[in-house]
Formats: sequence, C-alpha cells, structure tokens
Amino acid sequence: MDFDFSDDQKFLKGEARKFLEARCPVSVVRGVLDDPARSHDAALWAAVAEQGWLGTAIPETEGGLGLGRLELCAIAEELGRALAPIPFASTVYFVAEALMLAGSPAQKAKWLPRIAAGEVIGCFATVERAGALTEAQVQARVEGGRLSGAKMPVTDGAIADLAVVLAREGAKTSLFLVELGAGGVTREALQSLDPTRGVARLAFADAAAERLGEAGEGLSLAEAVMDRAAVYLAFEQVGGSDRALEMAKSYALERYAFGRPIGSYQAIKHKLADIYIKTELARSNAYYGAWALDSGAAELPLAAAAARVSASEAFWFAAKESLQTHGGMGFTWAVDCHLFYRRAQQLGLVAGGAKAWKEKLVSQLERRNAA
Amino acid sequence: MNFNDTPEEAAYRAKVRAWLEANAPKAGAAGADPLGDEAGDLGPARAWQRKKAEAGYACITWPAAWGGGGGAPWQAVIFAQEEAKFATPGNPFAIGLGMCVPTVLTCGNEADKARFARPAVLGEEIWCQLFSEPSGGSDAAAARTRAVQGPNGDWVVNGQKVWTSGAHYSDFGLLLARTDPDVPKHKGLTMFWIDMRAPGVEVRPIHQMSGASNFNEVYFTDFVLKDSQRVGEVGEGWKVAVVTLMNERLSVGGGASGSSHARVLKLASDIATLAGPASKDAALREKIADWFVQAEGLKYTTFRTQTALSRGQTPGPENSIAKVVSASLMQDMANAAMDLEDQFGILTDPALSPLGASFQQMLLSAPGLRIAGGTDEILRNIIAERVLGLPADVRLDKDVAFKDIPSGR
Repeated sequence: MDFDFSDDQKFLKGEARKFLEARCPVSVVRGVLDDPARSHDAALWAAVAEQGWLGTAIPETEGGLGLGRLELCAIAEELGRALAPIPFASTVYFVAEALMLAGSPAQKAKWLPRIAAGEVIGCFATVERAGALTEAQVQARVEGGRLSGAKMPVTDGAIADLAVVLAREGAKTSLFLVELGAGGVTREALQSLDPTRGVARLAFADAAAERLGEAGEGLSLAEAVMDRAAVYLAFEQVGGSDRALEMAKSYALERYAFGRPIGSYQAIKHKLADIYIKTELARSNAYYGAWALDSGAAELPLAAAAARVSASEAFWFAAKESLQTHGGMGFTWAVDCHLFYRRAQQLGLVAGGAKAWKEKLVSQLERRNAA
Repeated sequence: MNFNDTPEEAAYRAKVRAWLEANAPKAGAAGADPLGDEAGDLGPARAWQRKKAEAGYACITWPAAWGGGGGAPWQAVIFAQEEAKFATPGNPFAIGLGMCVPTVLTCGNEADKARFARPAVLGEEIWCQLFSEPSGGSDAAAARTRAVQGPNGDWVVNGQKVWTSGAHYSDFGLLLARTDPDVPKHKGLTMFWIDMRAPGVEVRPIHQMSGASNFNEVYFTDFVLKDSQRVGEVGEGWKVAVVTLMNERLSVGGGASGSSHARVLKLASDIATLAGPASKDAALREKIADWFVQAEGLKYTTFRTQTALSRGQTPGPENSIAKVVSASLMQDMANAAMDLEDQFGILTDPALSPLGASFQQMLLSAPGLRIAGGTDEILRNIIAERVLGLPADVRLDKDVAFKDIPSGR
C-alpha cells in the first residue's frame, strides 16, 4: 500500500508552501481584493511561471517540466491554502488539460509551451445562464469557423489570451479554441463574490474559432475536462480548509470570554473537531481522485465527483464555521475570514456546483453497480 | 501513489493467503456467534485462535517470547485483510488481546506477564474490561467500586461495573477500583486483575434496546483479592487505565457502514415515491452521494494509515475520525431507508420488510455504536484536545477529595 505522496512530492509541496508564504502573504490577496481595477496579481503570476509550476504536468516535449499530475495536485493544495489570486486554475487545470486531452499535435505544440512559460493565460467558457451545464443551454454557435454568441460567467475571461469555448456546431456541440486578442471579441468584467478571482462576460461576433477535439463531442469533452479540474480544485479546497481551521484554532486559543479561552468550550471544540473530520475525509477522497487522474483509471468520473463533493462540503463548512468562531471580528472587512468564505464559494461553483456533481456521482455509481 | 503491495508486502500476502487456504475454516463451519446473547459455542473460535497462534499469526506484532509473531504492524494489517475473506468464527479475544493483556504486559509484574500472555494468545483464556460504572461512563475516573485493604494485605471489593462486553464468557477481567476516596479522584484508583469465576462476582446481562444482550452488569460483593493481583502501584490506577484506553482507541475501528449506500440504492430501485421511482428522487440521490463520500473517505483514510505503517512510520491522527463518522452515518442511512419504505418501515419481520429488515436492525443498533468505546462527544473532545491542541475543559473535580465531588444524587 502506497496511498500517499512520495517523499519527493512532499518536498515539492513543502517548497511550494515556503515560496507562497514569502510571495503570497494575505496582503497580496487583499491587494487584488481592494483594487477594483485588478482581478489577479501579475507579479505573483510571473513568479509562479518562473518556478515552472504552470508546466508541472505538461510533458517536457511540450515545454513543460513533465513531472506529473500528482505533483500538480501537491502544488494545488498550497495555492488553495494561500488563496493565490492568479489565473492558475483557468489556465492549467482547464485549458492546458483540455489541450492535453483533445488537442491535435499542432494545437498542443502551439499552445502548451506558451502556457508552460507563462506567456498565455487561459479561460474555460461553457455556461450561458443560471443552472447546471446542459447541452440545451448552449446557444453560442460556430459556423464556417466563426463563433457568435456570449458566455458568462467566465473566470479570468477579462485577462485571458486563449479561451476554450463550448459552442453549437450543427445539431450538437463541440469545443473550440478562440484567441481573445483577435477581432470579434468583446469582454466585460462582471462583479463577483470573490473579486480575487475575476469573472467576465465574453461576447463573440464572428470571432475566429478552431475546433478542439472531435465534432459533436463538446459536452462530453467539457465534462472530461471538468473531471480533471475537479481533482485539482479539490486539493485547493483541502488547502483552504486546512488554513481556515488553523485560523479558527489560533483565534480560539487567544480569545478569552468569561475568563477562559473560547477554545476550552465544547461548543467551539466540537465545531473545530467537525472541521477537522470533514477536511480529513475530503483529503482522503482527493487522494483517490489524484490516484485515478494520475493512473488514467476508468473510475476517474466517480473519483473526481467524490473528491469534488467532499472537498466542496469541507471548505464551505470550514470557511463558515471558522468565521463563526471569530465572532463579530469575523464579520469585518479587516479580518481575513471573509476571503476564505468567498473563495470557498468560488471554488465550489467554478467547475459546477455540488448538486450537479452529486447527481454525476450517483449516475456513475449506478453505472458501476450495473456493470 | 497506488494501492499496490510492495514486493515485500506481496510476498507476505501470498504466504499468508496460502496458509489461510490450507488452514482457515470453510464457510458454514463457524458455529454459533460466540459474541451473541448466550455464551454460544466458543470451541470453533478457540480452535482457530490456537491454530493462528501456533503459526505466529495471532498477535503478529507481539514478541515471540509472549506467544506473538514478532512481526511488523503492516503484516498484521495484511493478515487481517486476508483473514476477513474467510468465514472465520467471531473473535471473543479482541478485548483481552487488544486492551487488557497489553496493559498487564506494560504495567504488570514479571510473574503476571509470564502467567497471562501466552494463554491469552492461544485463546485458552478470555478477558474483559471492568471500567465503566453506573456513576461514570465517559468519566471513567469517577469509579466508585471500592477496594479496601485489610491487615493481611488482601483487598475486599464492593461495587458495580456496567457495559462489560463479554463478561459472561470471560475468564479474567481488568478491574479499576477506588482505593482512596480522600484524595482527588485520579489519585485514588488502583488496577487489579481478577478471576471472573471467583466467589463474590456476579454477572448479569443487560437487555439492550436492540433486543440483544452483548454487555453485562458485574456486581462485586465482599469479593476478596490478593495484593499480588494488583497491576501497577496503589493509587496509580488511572495511569494504568490510560494505557488500556489508548489501546482501546486503536482497536475500536470504524468503517462499519461498508457498502450500505449501495443497499439504499438497491432498495430505491424497487420502491415508488409520490413523484415517481425512488431511485430517481433527487433528494435521495443527493443523500446517497453524501453518504458515499463519507464511507469512501473513511476507507481511503484507513489506506493512508496503512501506508504510514507500510513505510515504517507512525500513522497520523487521521484515523481518530472513523467511529464518529461511521456510527452517525449508519443511523442516517437507516432512517432514510425506512422513510423510503414508508409505512412498511415499521415492520421488523425479515420475511416482510425490504432487504430482510436490515435497515431496521441498523437503526436499533446504531445508538450503541455512537456511545460504546467513547461517545461522539468524547471523541470530538479528544480530536479537539489531542489533535488540534485546544485546552482541556475546566474541571470542577480536580483538586477536591473524591468523596466531596458532587455526584448529583
């Protein structure tokens, strides 16, 4: 049994933590939060690119480090812990994975080295209206290599260079690569719950679009990309939960009420024990997801759904109960609890909400039981 | 990251597997459940234990000098995994070998170690643990069973224990008794080993809400003990008890929920709700997903623990969550399954109730799991204090003579 990260992977994770503690203290996150003109920290993004993290799972032949997906999971946990305000998920978990999953050799050769080098920011544009992603809600359409329609909310859409877009092609849907700097693209930044992860509306009017993957496979490819992203995001969520628990613990030890630390009251102790329980379950499910992703196992859709459902629940619970433990201070702008509270929702929704993933999970379970 | 054995583990698994194929009882040969209401037939369990002991597979991690296998924790895990695939008899030795005898081996005198280790490993002698009392379940240090030493050095015991698993078939017990009520409670306790069949010991089964009787009350009336039966020093009983309880937390596992979520799904496929087939009910499907991630999360948590053992490391505290998760999970699943059955949920006749009334049985036994071996509340305290490092509760009983502590009656 070897169900844990290797010593090398743990070393990498430790180095990532040190790097982010130095380069992404919470003041960096707040810098983005407090500046309406910014939706990411460009200096941190450049520093992360310089570390080579963007190419962690990209093969060396495509300009990456060729380390692997487990290494990327280890880094993801640290990015989540640090609330890193950078377009890492959009670019690496979604767009780079979409290219590796469905790209032609030419598409991979064109984009992956530039992603690995930090020259290209990506975004993943699928939904158009409220509710779970289904083929029926997709109205954007490609005809003759030209895309028309609109997508929102698109995380990092305002700063991205390259979009992977789900659009109609004939009777069905396909994925397309769209260069956002070219003509026919209008972007509008939208207000969002977590301003450290900006979102935009992308409007397309005959924008040049190049198909990514098989025609008519758009939704199933988008779902396969989301399965992969869900595993990485689960690690970010576990990292965030851990840090929210640590904050709650420190506060419970230093804050006195009725003559003793509030952490000595069972109402607080049991709350924090419950955060620990949910976080450990989420970590174990995330490890299973990581194993399925790394080994190319057929049960990835089930493992990814379990990782996502468990991690979304854990981070949301940790963020809201950590805030609650901080009492009135937790409700202020100055104390960091709301950053976690916002990020927990952002991460919990960005690859589809828990309700949709629970349905995917049970469908997979039925499929497995029938087999 | 993978689920594969290392070459060393694979070789050990193959060896164990071959031995089990040749020696383990075949299905149907297990006999009556020895842990049930009656003492049952302990013969098959004893025979299987002896066979394992003689091959070094009972108490794999214990030194050979005490009858153990002299092996590593990862070997014990692999053996248990493989043994679980065979129809072996119930295990009445777990409390003795998991908690009581290790306590004697850690805190007892040399004569007792030599006397008790081997017969317990061989399955010749069965032990029970006598800590809980009517006046203190979670608060085990509040024990009131009184042991008074006479001029000849013998101790005379009067009092009552409760929730004693297996007392009705045990040969020996580990008894926590109050020897000095004039000092604070943790300082006035002493531990003894006792002969469960001696005069002055009376065992009465407890009729549980589930209908079964797995536990007992044990009464002591002018029960005489030799001072040589003491385990540890006079007044040091709580320190000895902590050794036992640490072992208990290692051996009371979780994971009892297993694949129950799959059974709820199966049940749902045969049942209708007002809105259509239950298997298509969105609320139920969400619940199944929630149960699945808890049960799977626990499974993979034990894999993480096994990995630490496999790497020769001390496992982290992650396994402390198992029972607190699995017990409530069972209760929630049973409740939801019975709701699905609607009015039929009331029935407990296995012939009439869906899936052999298994959810009804689960509902009736789940409260015990949430209490035994540390209540949900005590386990959360333990996680908060030992894992997260939060302060212990303010205690009103700390520096007060035991006899002056309010008892509420």
